[in-house]
Amino acid sequence: MHISVQNEFFDFSKEIENFSAKLDNIGALVTFTGIVRGQKSKTLDYMLIEHYPGMTEAQIKLIVEETFKRWKICDALVIHRYGKLEPGEPIMMIATAAQHRKEAFEAAEYLMDYLKSRAPFWKKEILNGEEKWVETKSADAAALNRW
Amino acid sequence: MIEVIYFSWIRERIGKSSESIETRAATVIELIEELKKKDVRYSEVFSDLGSFRVAINQELANFDASIIEATEIAFFPPMTGG
Repeated sequence: MHISVQNEFFDFSKEIENFSAKLDNIGALVTFTGIVRGQKSKTLDYMLIEHYPGMTEAQIKLIVEETFKRWKICDALVIHRYGKLEPGEPIMMIATAAQHRKEAFEAAEYLMDYLKSRAPFWKKEILNGEEKWVETKSADAAALNRW
Repeated sequence: MIEVIYFSWIRERIGKSSESIETRAATVIELIEELKKKDVRYSEVFSDLGSFRVAINQELANFDASIIEATEIAFFPPMTGG
């Protein structure tokens, strides 16, 4: 299990390389990377992400532990950034490794659904000097019900 | 003394990120009622229980949860991670 809550930029291909180098006897590796929208459309100047230091790490660990209980996965990776992020920059990424793809895909979806609604991060979008807190979508909360 | 922490728009509207509070409240909801009496910023922020969440000692909790053992209570809007 690898969890990192960080301000620093990360290179997802390097992270995957490091993560997969330690794995043995896996048949499936699923990854997801969340990226700040608005690179060309200029619909966003930048994004600010606030979090709850201490609780964030503990909460992500709980979510990853629950993922291990529910699916036969070999390992999992979660990286989530906070602070000021420009359009096009990676916000977060996850990876799940398993012997078979079904487990890897489902575990990744479960992880993402829970990180969205249960990890203490709050996003604010800034456009033309105007600030707006991102609101939760009812679909995100509803997504938890399928598990 | 309990350390009360605010995040996101709750922090902005109350105007501080945390404060130490002396309280006799036994539950989260009792603490909320006390806070609402402080001034209008608090009563506005906490007017709709559906608009925010609470964590006791860094764990998500319900509004009727006991805060007798609490050293840190955080109020924040629904989370928007991922």
